[in-house]
Amino acid sequence: MIGDQCPLPGSGDGDRIQLAHGEGGRLMRSLLGEVIIPTLGNDLLAQAHDGCVLPTLNGPAVFTTDSYVVTPLLFPGGDIGKLAVYGTSNDLAVSGARPRWLSLSLIIEEGLSLSFLRRILQSIADAAREADVQVVTGDTKVVPRGAADGLFITTSGVGELMMPAPWPEGIQPGDAILVTGPIGRHGIAVLAARERLEMDPVPTSDTGALFPAVAALHEAGVPIHALRDCTRGGLTAVLHEWAHASRTTMIIEGSQVPVLPETRGLCELLGLDPFHCACEGTMAIALPADHVNHALQVLQSVNISASAVHIGEAVPRQISPVAVRRSLGQLVALDEPWGAPLPRIC
Amino acid sequence: MKYVDEFRDAAKCRPLIEKIQQTVTTPRTIMEVCGGQTHGLLAHGIDEALRDCVRLLHGPGCPVCVTPAQIIDHAIQIAAQPDVIITSFGDMLRVPGNGESLLECRAAGGDVRMVYSPLDAVRLAQQEPDRQVVFLAVGFETTLPATALAVRQASQLMLTNFSLLVSHVRVQPAMELIMQEPGCLVEGFLAAGHVCAVSGYQSYRPFVERYRVPVVVTGFEPADLLTGILECVELIERQTPDVVNRYERSVRESGNSAAMALVREVYEECDQEWRGIGTIAQGGYQLREAYRDLNASLRFPIQDLSQQFFDVAASPCRAGDVLTGRIRPSECEHFGTTCTPHNPLGAPMVSTEGACAAYYRYAPPVSKTESPLP
Repeated sequence: MIGDQCPLPGSGDGDRIQLAHGEGGRLMRSLLGEVIIPTLGNDLLAQAHDGCVLPTLNGPAVFTTDSYVVTPLLFPGGDIGKLAVYGTSNDLAVSGARPRWLSLSLIIEEGLSLSFLRRILQSIADAAREADVQVVTGDTKVVPRGAADGLFITTSGVGELMMPAPWPEGIQPGDAILVTGPIGRHGIAVLAARERLEMDPVPTSDTGALFPAVAALHEAGVPIHALRDCTRGGLTAVLHEWAHASRTTMIIEGSQVPVLPETRGLCELLGLDPFHCACEGTMAIALPADHVNHALQVLQSVNISASAVHIGEAVPRQISPVAVRRSLGQLVALDEPWGAPLPRIC
Repeated sequence: MKYVDEFRDAAKCRPLIEKIQQTVTTPRTIMEVCGGQTHGLLAHGIDEALRDCVRLLHGPGCPVCVTPAQIIDHAIQIAAQPDVIITSFGDMLRVPGNGESLLECRAAGGDVRMVYSPLDAVRLAQQEPDRQVVFLAVGFETTLPATALAVRQASQLMLTNFSLLVSHVRVQPAMELIMQEPGCLVEGFLAAGHVCAVSGYQSYRPFVERYRVPVVVTGFEPADLLTGILECVELIERQTPDVVNRYERSVRESGNSAAMALVREVYEECDQEWRGIGTIAQGGYQLREAYRDLNASLRFPIQDLSQQFFDVAASPCRAGDVLTGRIRPSECEHFGTTCTPHNPLGAPMVSTEGACAAYYRYAPPVSKTESPLP
């Protein structure tokens, strides 16, 4: 991994992260003072104490945390840094909160190139600006070579609740189900990059900030019953979770669910289902059916959700929690995958 | 998407469904041989659409399901040795042997890797000259040419750290076995399109002569499956059994002669153990003597597995009945209750191509879900 992505240093060991970078001495101070803080710089981070004193919020706080491990660290459409910022911000956004502050914890494998780390930090800074959040506190650990896979990141986030939390228990039979864009892009982009499956066009991750879409719906007064970003387990996992929480059945019109040709192509080749593949900038929305047109109008005016569509509805609980209408018009149950999807043999 | 969309077009499929309904004079029983076809039929709801006129039995064509548990146990044993990497296709890693699966073996410290092609395993052997790389070669004639190519490549590269644990199977002897069953219900077969793309379909002519049932070479998309079923019921109704190719865009009568020449160079037919079914005469392939140096079962002789052997007769799994079409998965008393993909009794519930997994996935039993709301 390290050898793959990080060019050999031109000037001896100076360009490599060493164990000492995490051990509290001079190297660590210079990493913080010369690299991390200047790149992510903001007033709160500049306090540089053990804890950060945060301004008072205007409403209840929402708090979340997530860890990011991905191979490869760079992939078409994003990298682990972007993922770590958008992922946690999106968890806040789909909780009905405006993302405000993040912590950033880096676990670095000894030997990672410093210029690669700078690149990831810059990516974190760019994503934080885009998502309108500040990294206000953090931690850096360096572990011996082989004890991690290049770089692991954990971010925790604090947001300000701006609407009743859109938990799936609020889903009613008759609610419409929307998605904000093509599904499965992130999972397929990472798979193609990791396995070096040469595809044309290259599948790209949808990694991005969902808050602008949530905020637009809120500001337009669209009532929202549930929000959820379709990360691990993809749209399938969200629909199952919603069906269980609200004791409804999700009926999805298969032909309405947007899937990019490159995603579909790879899924067809490997025998995977795009419904099960992860997204990192796409969410599902449940809302009262009579607000669908308004919601779509609002969502389509925001970049991240420009290709939002109406894909189905919640109905009173039937035998299957989730069913998809396939091309011949038959409703077919959609089961939850067992662990990560594996390609079929032939 | 070309070659996909036009074969999933509902406007093309509905007339085929109607035509099948009009053709049958009494419900007909057809077996689709391949697990990929089973999934296609269930995923698109074709079995439901034809419920009143065609009973579809699901054949033995799931490569993972029929791979003997002992081969998996052997692979796990090999993986436990130092400096060995076991590789195989993704779907194979999840199926338990008599004890654990290769994925569980990996969690316990074995170096088990999923590859997309056997040639990736050859490449891995080149990259890791100090370690032994073993490819678990399973599957029907579909995967056979690729593993044969890996053998030839490794042989040309004179790799001394690459070998194959072979458990390849042949589809036609299994079809013969099914026809020889007393009380066999099968009136016609949908032959596996991908297998025929490699091996052709000439060899089905004596089969049809002997058993007087039609064999229709069939693809995997809804329109392909319906076209194959229609052809098959027409042949049944006319009582004119024949071999007909309805997967014309992929299959020629003689198959892929270059691929089969390579296969014959590397492999020879042998009697083969099929999981859940038993030994099938000439039901598999083994490496030819000329390639014995690449035979992992010789390089890593099996240790005593007697501790792990369990009595197939004592297993509650009815995989054999399912794989030979005696029962449908949902007719098994364990289906969806004591046997689920999360807690499988047998391989057909594990593999993504297994008939039980397909039934579970696309038509979950009532008992699996929550009880209805009060």
